[in-house]
This record gives sequence, C-alpha cells and structure tokens, in this order.
Amino acid sequence: MACPSDRAFPRATNLSYFPPSALPPPMTTIPPPATATLEVDLDRRLRYARGRVELTPGALIDRTEGGERVWPLARPGATALTLRHSDHAGLGMLELLDGDRRLQFWRFTLDANAAALRFATQFEAVQHALLHGAPPAGNDLPAACPTCNAALPEGSDECPACERELRSPPSTWVLLRLWRFAHPYRWKLLLGISLMLAATAARLVPPYLTIPLMDDVLIPFQSGKVIEATRVAWLLGGLLGAAVFAWILGWMTTWLLALVSERIAADMRTTSFGHLLGLSLDYFGAKRTGDLMARIGSDTDRISIFLSLHALDFITDVVMLVMTSVILFSINPWLALVTLVPLPVIGWLIQAVRSRLRMGFEKIGRAWSDVTNVLADTIPGIRVVKAFAQEKREAQRFADANRANLAVNDRLNRTWSLFSPTVTLLTDVGLLIVWAFGIWQVSKGEITVGVLTAFIAYIGRFYGRLESMSRIVSITQKAAAGAKRIFDILDHNSSVPEPSQPVKIDKPEGHITLKNVGFRYGSRAVIRGLDLDIRPGEMIGLVGHSGSGKSTLVNLICRFYDVSEGSIHVDGTDIRRFGVSDYRRHIGLVLQEPFLFFGSIAENIAYGRPGATREEIVAAARAARAHEFILRLPHGYDSLVGERGQGLSGGERQRISIARALLIDPRILILDEATSSVDTETEKEIQAALDNLVEGRTTIAIAHRLSTLRKADRLVVLDRGQVVEVGPHDELMARQGAYWRIHEAQARRNDEERKAQADSSALPTALREAGA
Amino acid sequence: MTTPAFTLERDARGRLVCTLADGTRHAGVLPVRAFPLSAPDQDVSLVGGDGHEVLWFARLADVPETQRRLIEEDLASREFIPTLERILSVSTFSTPSTWTVETDRGEARFVLKGEEDIRRLALGALLITDTHGLSYRVRDRFALDPHSRKLIERFL
Repeated sequence: MACPSDRAFPRATNLSYFPPSALPPPMTTIPPPATATLEVDLDRRLRYARGRVELTPGALIDRTEGGERVWPLARPGATALTLRHSDHAGLGMLELLDGDRRLQFWRFTLDANAAALRFATQFEAVQHALLHGAPPAGNDLPAACPTCNAALPEGSDECPACERELRSPPSTWVLLRLWRFAHPYRWKLLLGISLMLAATAARLVPPYLTIPLMDDVLIPFQSGKVIEATRVAWLLGGLLGAAVFAWILGWMTTWLLALVSERIAADMRTTSFGHLLGLSLDYFGAKRTGDLMARIGSDTDRISIFLSLHALDFITDVVMLVMTSVILFSINPWLALVTLVPLPVIGWLIQAVRSRLRMGFEKIGRAWSDVTNVLADTIPGIRVVKAFAQEKREAQRFADANRANLAVNDRLNRTWSLFSPTVTLLTDVGLLIVWAFGIWQVSKGEITVGVLTAFIAYIGRFYGRLESMSRIVSITQKAAAGAKRIFDILDHNSSVPEPSQPVKIDKPEGHITLKNVGFRYGSRAVIRGLDLDIRPGEMIGLVGHSGSGKSTLVNLICRFYDVSEGSIHVDGTDIRRFGVSDYRRHIGLVLQEPFLFFGSIAENIAYGRPGATREEIVAAARAARAHEFILRLPHGYDSLVGERGQGLSGGERQRISIARALLIDPRILILDEATSSVDTETEKEIQAALDNLVEGRTTIAIAHRLSTLRKADRLVVLDRGQVVEVGPHDELMARQGAYWRIHEAQARRNDEERKAQADSSALPTALREAGA
Repeated sequence: MTTPAFTLERDARGRLVCTLADGTRHAGVLPVRAFPLSAPDQDVSLVGGDGHEVLWFARLADVPETQRRLIEEDLASREFIPTLERILSVSTFSTPSTWTVETDRGEARFVLKGEEDIRRLALGALLITDTHGLSYRVRDRFALDPHSRKLIERFL
C-alpha cells in the first residue's frame, strides 16, 4: 500500500494556517533528521490508512492524509505546545494543543498505542530541551518493548510479554502431535505392532489353503476320485492352527495396545490439566468452565477410544489390505487388478467427506461445550436460580443448547449416513465384477475354480476391511477435532510467563515499588501511570470507589496479570524476573469471598503448605481466632467442609482463610475486602485476627469501611486508575481532599444506618399500639 | 417526556461543553450509547469528565437538531466498529489466528485470541473482538460471500 504522504500535495494550502511570520523555512532545504516518528494506522475519519507524524529537534511535522503540516516548537513568547494522549474502547488519540486550542489530532488502534505514548514522551523531552537548553534529567528512555512499552529485561531485546502473542501453531496433522504422548511407550507400541503384523499374516493363511482344498480334493472328487483323508486332515489342521495362532496373537496385540492407549490418554489428561493450571487468570477469565471441562474430560476420552480401538483397527486394516493385494497379485495379476477397481472411487469419497466430517466434529465439540457450559453456570449459581424462580428458563437454556448439539449432529449424520452405505454398494459391485470376470476366466481355462474361490474368500476380507476403514474416517476426524481442542490448551502460553533465568527469591524484605504502572483489560485502561513506593513492613490502605482499580492493583502485585506498561519491583527486582510460584509463595492473600476446597478444615488451613505439622496448624488457627469455633465442630479440625464451605458462616470461613495465610508466613500480605462480607460483630473478631496477621509484614489492604484501615501507616486514594492522594489518616483528613470526602460520606451513612436501626426497633411498639 | 433545556457547544479544544438549565457548565462531556448493540439510537447518556452522568436522553431523536448533530458527530468520531465485509484469509483455524479482512473502513489485520471472542448477536450477526479489544461487526454472516462464510464457519 502506498503511503499517502508520498503523494505530492499543494503545500501552501496546508500551511496557510500559520501567520506569515511564523512560517518555517521552506522545506526545499534538507529537512533536519527526525528524532522520532510515529506511524498511525487510522485517519481522522477513522478509516484504515497509514500516516506518519515526525518530530525533529525544532518542529512537529504531520504527514498524514496526503498532506504536510509543520508546527515549529520554538515559539518565543507563546505558550508551549502540548501533546495529549488518550484512549477509549480500543482506539487511541493524540491531540496537539496550544494552550486551550486544539491544533490537530491523530487516531490510531492500540497496535500503535505504545509507540504513541513513547512519541509523546519524546515530544516532551524535545520541548524541554528547547525551553531549558537541556533534556530533562533522568529522561533517557530505557530500552522498551516497541509493542507494549514494558521495560526490557537487561541484556535482552525480546519482550517476555509480547513474544508469546503470535506463534501460529501448526494444526493440520494434529493427530501426529499425539506422538509426544506416545513417545514414552514407543517400545511397547513397536512390540504391539509387530505382534499385530504376525496376527494379520496368520489370518491370511486360511483362504490360501482353500486353493488345494478345492483344486486337489473337492473338484477331483466330483470327477470321481477318492478323497485322501490324510491330506484333508493336514489341510484342516493347517486351518485350525492358523486360526488359533491368530487368536493368541490378536489377544496379545489388543491387550498391549489398549494398555498403552489408555496410558497415553491419561498422560494427556494430566498434562493438559497441569498446563491449564499454569495459565494466567486472564485465560480463565476469558474461557468458560464448561468448555474447559469438556475439553479435558470428553475430548481426551475420545482420543483414548480412537487410539485403543480404532487406530489399532486401522493399522490392521492397512496391513491386511497390503498383504492381501500382494497375495492376490501373486496368484493372478489380472483378477487382482479387477478387484481393485472400486478402490480409487472409495479413496475419492473418503477425501471428499473427510474435511466436512472434521469440521462437523469440531462444531459438535463446541456445541457439546455449550451444553456443559449451561451446567457449569447453573449449578454453582443454583441459589440465584431458585431465588428468582428461573428454573424453567435454565431448563430451557439447557434444552436449547442440547437442541443446537442435536442440529449439528444431524447435519453431520446426513453426510455420514450416505457415506457408509455408498462404500458398501461399491464393494458389492466390486464383488460382482470379480465374479463375472472370474467365471469368464474359468470358462477360458485361465484359472481353476480353487483360485476363484480363494479370490472370493480374500476379497470378502479385503472389502470388509475397506468398509471398516471408511468407517474409521469419522472416528479419526472426531479424534483429530478433539486433539485440536486439547492442543489449543497446550499451545496456549501463560500470559504471565516464567522468566528463562529466574532470579532467586529467598527472604524478601517486602519493599514494593511501582513505577509508572499501566494496565488494561482488553481495551479498557484500568490503571494509568501509577507510581507508589511501599516500605518493608508498612501497611497501606487502598481507598477508592469501586472500579477505581484497587483490586486490579492488587492482582498486578500478585502477578495474576502482568502490567501493560511500566513495572513493579520487589526489593529492587522486577517481579517478572522471579519464578512465578516462587514469588507468590511469599504473598499471603485473604479475599472477600474465601474459597474452601472440599476436604477437612486442617487440610484447608494447610493448603499453602501441605507439609505443616498439626501444632503449626493449630497455632495458625489460634492466631486467626478460628481455634475455638473449630473445636465446637463435631470432628474438630477433621470436620469436612464442602465445595463452598457449607455449614460455616461467612466470618468462620474468613478466619480459616486468614489462618491459611498466616501459616505460610508471607512477607507480603494482601487483604482484599477481607471484612466486608460480614457483620460488624464478626468484623471485630476478624479484625483481631487480622491484626495478628499484619504484624511485621508489608500489607496492602483494600476496604470499603474506612474504620478497618485505622492501623494503616499510609492511605492511598485511587480514582479511575490513578493515585489522587497519599498520606496518613490525620494528614488526609486535614487536607480535606478526596479521602476526607469519602470519609465524611461514610460517616453520614453510618449515622443514617444507626438512625434507621433505631426507627425499626421503634416500629414493633408502634404496631402493637396500632393493633391494640 | 420533554428533555430539559440545555445548550451544547464545541470549544476550541474540540471538547463538548454542556450547559444545563440551572447554569452549571460541564466541559468535556462525552456522549455514550447505553445499548450500542441492541438499541444504538436510543438511551444516550452525556457523561461528564468526572465520570458522572450529566444528561440522559431516552431517544436521540427527541434532542433538538443542533445539539443532536453535535452529539452524533462526536459519537461518529469516537465509534470504531468496522463492519467486516470480506474475510481475505486467516492464518490458521486454531487460535490465536491472524485474520486479514476487508471492512467498510479499509483493509485490516487483527489477531483473534480465541473462539469465544466471537460473540453471536441476533439474526446471524456477529461481534468479533481482537486481542486489543477492538470490535468488528458482521452484519449477517449468512449474507457473506461463500469464501468468507466458509472461513468463519470454522470458528463457530
């Protein structure tokens, strides 16, 4: 595509904007080299078009939309130009402002966002240099990734975050990739296959024995000769022997290969689940539970069935076909050639139907995922469903998903139902041709009756194999579709990548530094240009309206997500350079909705440190003020708690999760609304537990109720992803800023609540009086 | 319902400035569609720079002509949902997959992260979201040309 700026354009019209005195020197002289350029990919009417904006030491040059406009930067006596960056819904904008007047703007997709941000920084640097004669201190940009603007790891020019983005995985021969799982069992596989070869060969002996049986025994008998008993016994004995031999071999083969394929499938399931757990939170955020369950559950099962039953059959069939054709050709090449007539047609049919089948099975897989999705949505949300009396609607949703599943199955079966009988018809026709051609040859005396019978016997097997081979087309395609869905998971790299050379982290001090941190969910910028320094052992309270980015900030510090811009350092090292689980081991997390796994209370407390002793567990429970209520349970620490911790109150579950965090003795502690789901009484209990937990650790606490943050050393007020205020409670109150406003609003609400409570307690008396 | 009297103008910075009947002035208001997909021409809100709603229009058609034109202009300058007209190629049928497409705003390339980023809307319409969160609309997938339809079918 030609760059629009290449085209000649009447410059005067574009420059008419400048008063004559401000006109830059004519550009016929060699323009100064650009210190920075920005490629934008949209024009001002939001159509895709390439354009370039250049920054030279003295001017900003706009070469978009086929024009050229120059804005000199050094303008004595005038205000300095500014470049403002903003983005919304996946669309970025740079505006060139002269005080309050907008001179120009440029639009771009987020592909160019990082470049635009860098361009704006460079613009500032150039402005600064013009005004003050030197670039601003500390503004030499560190090596940054051109796509995401993150600082690159030292001594590397590959950005760990962007590398993964576009590795298009190969997928056509996806079944061959199963070799990765088959590899450990290769010797068993080899043995199985050689046994199978022998079994197949044994199965081919009987028809061969029919030739002497016909030509030397039966036909001479018809023309009056006596049957030789010993010869017949030998021949029959040979038939029996071959059958028994084939039976033993077949048994061993099937057993061996079934064993191997079951193990391959099990390995595959374990590997894909293990890999899935390693993926970052945003993967789970985007995928639906039911879909993932379907992939790991039924898709691996499909592959297992394919491997254990059908792949085996298929190889047997191929071997059988090859061996039979060899025998047929050795007996009589002409007759053999006739036998093969339907083969190309069948081959063509398979080819024609294959891709349609695979696509169909992929669709079925997805439809099946939708069915599981409804289950995975509804069952955990059953209380909501029942409370709003929407059982019928959910049942309908399930029925709809099921119907969609039925519809794709029906469509596939239409193809499939036609395919199988067609193959049968073709083989029947083939048999007919062989009969006709055979009789003609016998009549001409070219072959004996025995040869024809043997042929027919062989061909019965041959065509039978062809049919079963064609049947396997569908199963193969089903397995291929399943394998693709499994490898979709396996090919997905965590967006929180493990560093190649992780920095060891033994005893962190807990000094957290956030430098110019930015983060976006999809196209929504949640955190922008955030700087914060948290000293070891300090307790920070995060305050702000919901949606101000508090939880996101915490997620970034836990490295559930990686920052989009800037960096987070712990003890001076970028957290992206630590091993992920190694790093998280030093973080204790207490969430608003504590999650208890199915198991005993002791197991739940020791979740982060399965090797903890009973003494340690009890000590942690004591410190978390959970010990006493646990003792009241019928089985004490061995009491089972359900998936969602049924049977325990919110406050009790919360204290168990505090004990869990205490047990791993983390240096960094994160409390995400740890007390907001419980009543004031329980809150006091939990608060006491938390005070034990916070002691001596770097703590970041999020709370709606400001009273919970009374112990915080500093409060950080966030608003729409940016820090608006930082300081201790008293200082912020004195400042009467954002914190003060939130505090006042809350105090007012508390008063109202208290009043409302007083009113409602007065109500029964009033009712009684009215009733009397 | 009558929309309360208000004035709307564009300042030198290109921002919309809204002055309400009671004389309060809000600079940098953004018109936002509440249901951009299901009812784009109804339920439009004017949101102030501080994120609070300034005005609400149940129907854009009820807004006086001059103001409506400004609102529509502003919406048009920020709305970017290219409509997919043709799919030229896809790099692979598994995801992530790079799509080269022709849209009503020119040719574009984007990366589809997963099949679940294709959202089905009513009547064969689709909304495809790329890795950057940009959305592409397909008005009716059954009305696409056979080649495009075949490609898109593989992801549905």
